[in-house]
Amino acid sequence: MNDWLHRILMLPPQASTVARHIDYLHYAIILITMCGAAGVGALALYYTWRYHAGTGRGGYRGPDPRPFRTTGGKSVFAELGLFGGLFALFVVFWIIGFAQYVRVAEPPPDALTIYVVGKQWMWEFAYPDGSGSNGTLYVPAGRPIQLVMTSRDVIHSFYVPAFRNKRDVIPGRSTTMWFQVDEPGRHRIECAEYCGAGHSTMRGEVVALSVEGYARRIADLQRIRIAGPAPGNPPVVGEESPSPLLSLAAVGQSVAADAGCMRCHTVDGTPHIGPTWAGLYSATIPLQSGARVVADAQYLTKSMMDPAADLHLGFPGVMPSYQGLLTAPQIGAIVEYIRSLRDVSRHAGTQPLPAAVSPPAPIVTPLPGDAPRALPAGDLQRRAPTGLPIYPPPSGPPTEPSHDQLPR
Amino acid sequence: MTSYLDDNHGILSWLATRDHKRIAILFLIATAGALLLGGAFALVLRIELLVPGKLFLSAMDYNRMFTHHGVVMVFLFMVPVIPSVFGNFFLPIMLGAPDLAFPRLNLASFYVYVAGAIIVLAAMWFGGIDTGWTFYAPYSTTSPTAVGVATFGVFVVGVSSILTGVNFIATVHTMRARDLGWMRMPLFVWAIYATAIIQVIATPVLGMSLLLVAVDHAWSLGIFDPAMGGDPVLFQHLFWFYSHPAVYIMILPAMGVVSEVVCTFSHNPPASYRAIAVSSLGIAFVGFLTWGHHMFVAGMSTFDVGAFGFLSMFTAIFSAIKVFTWTATLRHGAVWVTTPLLYFFGFMFLFVFGGMTGVALATSSLDIHWHDTYFVVAHFHFIMVGGTLTMYLAALHYWFPKMFGRMYPRRWSIVAATAVVLGFIFTFTPQFLLGNAGMPRRYWSYPAEYQWLQILSTAGASILAMGLALNFAYLVWALFRGARVERNPWGSRSYEWLAPSPPPLHNFDEPLVIRRGPYDYHLPE
Repeated sequence: MNDWLHRILMLPPQASTVARHIDYLHYAIILITMCGAAGVGALALYYTWRYHAGTGRGGYRGPDPRPFRTTGGKSVFAELGLFGGLFALFVVFWIIGFAQYVRVAEPPPDALTIYVVGKQWMWEFAYPDGSGSNGTLYVPAGRPIQLVMTSRDVIHSFYVPAFRNKRDVIPGRSTTMWFQVDEPGRHRIECAEYCGAGHSTMRGEVVALSVEGYARRIADLQRIRIAGPAPGNPPVVGEESPSPLLSLAAVGQSVAADAGCMRCHTVDGTPHIGPTWAGLYSATIPLQSGARVVADAQYLTKSMMDPAADLHLGFPGVMPSYQGLLTAPQIGAIVEYIRSLRDVSRHAGTQPLPAAVSPPAPIVTPLPGDAPRALPAGDLQRRAPTGLPIYPPPSGPPTEPSHDQLPR
Repeated sequence: MTSYLDDNHGILSWLATRDHKRIAILFLIATAGALLLGGAFALVLRIELLVPGKLFLSAMDYNRMFTHHGVVMVFLFMVPVIPSVFGNFFLPIMLGAPDLAFPRLNLASFYVYVAGAIIVLAAMWFGGIDTGWTFYAPYSTTSPTAVGVATFGVFVVGVSSILTGVNFIATVHTMRARDLGWMRMPLFVWAIYATAIIQVIATPVLGMSLLLVAVDHAWSLGIFDPAMGGDPVLFQHLFWFYSHPAVYIMILPAMGVVSEVVCTFSHNPPASYRAIAVSSLGIAFVGFLTWGHHMFVAGMSTFDVGAFGFLSMFTAIFSAIKVFTWTATLRHGAVWVTTPLLYFFGFMFLFVFGGMTGVALATSSLDIHWHDTYFVVAHFHFIMVGGTLTMYLAALHYWFPKMFGRMYPRRWSIVAATAVVLGFIFTFTPQFLLGNAGMPRRYWSYPAEYQWLQILSTAGASILAMGLALNFAYLVWALFRGARVERNPWGSRSYEWLAPSPPPLHNFDEPLVIRRGPYDYHLPE
């Protein structure tokens, strides 16, 4: 029954401890109310058929002999009974629903607290040990998680359909929500409160891991955060990368994906919310102010720190500043990534990406041991955004994901 | 007697008229324009949503487009349409009055509406608005688009709404014919009266909150923007304090039309006159106490959520009383299936199914999942838009012979009514499922697995659009070529059918004498 209704009503998977109970109430209310509605409709159609005047017989049957009625004797009690019963039914719905609401609203005392910051148009997560991640929230399965959330700009809403849970994320306030995931798996995060141009791309993923997997992952996050791209500690791209020593451009690609750049910028020449990065480096571009400027490392760096200063003509000034959010090596790596896309055509959005892009000599002083080398072709094809729609592929099976599947 | 249409000629005799019927026609033209414009925006949205990514609109243009659709449809079409067109035309006639209590104020309310509409449209043309019709702060106070101008325009339209409401209340209290007691008024008058009360009480709150958004946007006063110490949730409370009752401003007049149409075409008095009249006032009253159900996940205390959920159930009960009474009215009647009655069945389907999803939404734990998804979009389009649109068309067909003295082509009207109702159902049923699946509203790009439902929805929207276009075409044709009809083609007992078709300047050749109730079908006409 659950499976069947779940499929008919197209509900997402029931991944949190409350989801199944909320769905049961959903089935009950939808079935009862829809049957009632169909009953009223059927009654109206029956009366129409039964008391049809029959225009073929010359219109009306003549004046109705009954006197003008307001409400009379017996029918008052029938009406009171009908509406009293209906109201009692609605109150039962309300009681069960509110009891569930209270359960969803009040976190258990032993919940693990994770801090969430929403901003146009990405989610940032900070874990109790000081590490952080963008876009992907890692949680241990089988443990209640409390999210303490705030927004840096406008109102967002943190929504995980598979958990049947959402809560607005409001600037200047902190709101909380909690959930407990039954089993390891990956679930979509969506922003449900309209927040501007990138609203529909403000999505992410909850990755529920086993308790040990969670601990491992968090430790990794911490390393990434502190180190940035540096020799001996390169795994921005992960342990299983084809080569332990990656080019700076590949590091930049990874940093750009984590920082949410690809929500607004494409790398295949298609214009989106922001200018495409394809063929951008060293091109002469028109500015909003009417001037023209060569998009060199200095311009690109400035545009990350203060996007409004020299806005590219024809694009909305919606990019947030990354001042303080990206470390200097990360900025260098992103510039290097953009530089590696110099020879991709700006205007052929449909052209396939070149199998391998050989990055030129880095402009940022290479770090010791990090000699430039060709980007592995498979890596680029696997990871490069392929234009619109910008949406992660459907979630995999709800098993514990290996590190290979994790977004980096 | 010459009819109001032929009484005087020349463009000025229309633009400077103080006759409530001519002002109603002016409103009819203006709101029909708003319906066409808002409908065109809706079609653009539906076409863009055919593909998960970009088809022809950028994200920014898409955001502008859904905002424009909402603002035009809510403030320029749905709020004014039935009161200002059919209320204006028929309220005085149903009361046996020569005109509204304040004819000049009535004309002023039309021009204030036009001024507000022009300001809103200008804001859309120059820069557009991308905040959604709800203008949620602090996005609205920081958006680079023309929010200030647009909110000021909506404020001006609100003034028009208040003026109309004041005029209607005064008219019902003071202009009733001799012997026309409160309990003998046609039910449409009760509905318009309840609506007018909401218009007068609630609209000032909307005006105030929108002005605050406008000044916050223009001069960064920090009223709603937390970056300067303001409170964004306060805006939501103020906004919904109006905008929830505004739902009843839209649907109560539609319910009034239902009562008239059902009684006339079942040739039967309402099963309970008192129940319909009192539940209109009940909805108007309870409507003021349920605004918080728009904010179940917006940061409210748990107690408030419970209280607003409970109060919302009362709205469902009052609506259920009406629905059962209408259904029971058909019983023992002599039911004549006409185009307005087809729209009544469409209304019943949309309103009852939509209303039942409203009960589900008021159940607070279910609302958490559905809040701000397509489910809510489908819900309010079914109950509020579907209810109002079907009854707007029903009223147009029901009263067309009275307003213009001509009949529309019945075969075409049946085709059009079927297309409108089926198209509407076809458009929004997939959206309920999209909401269940967890698709948030106002999404420009969406996961590919939702595409087939979006395509179905767009297909439904095109059927709906064709139905509306057909309506428009044959009604304009019927204005000039329709067959002439006599005074009371439907055999109704309601008072407006005692006036000639179309009525003369002051409605009745001689003062109306009330000898019977408006639904006394047992008495000869």
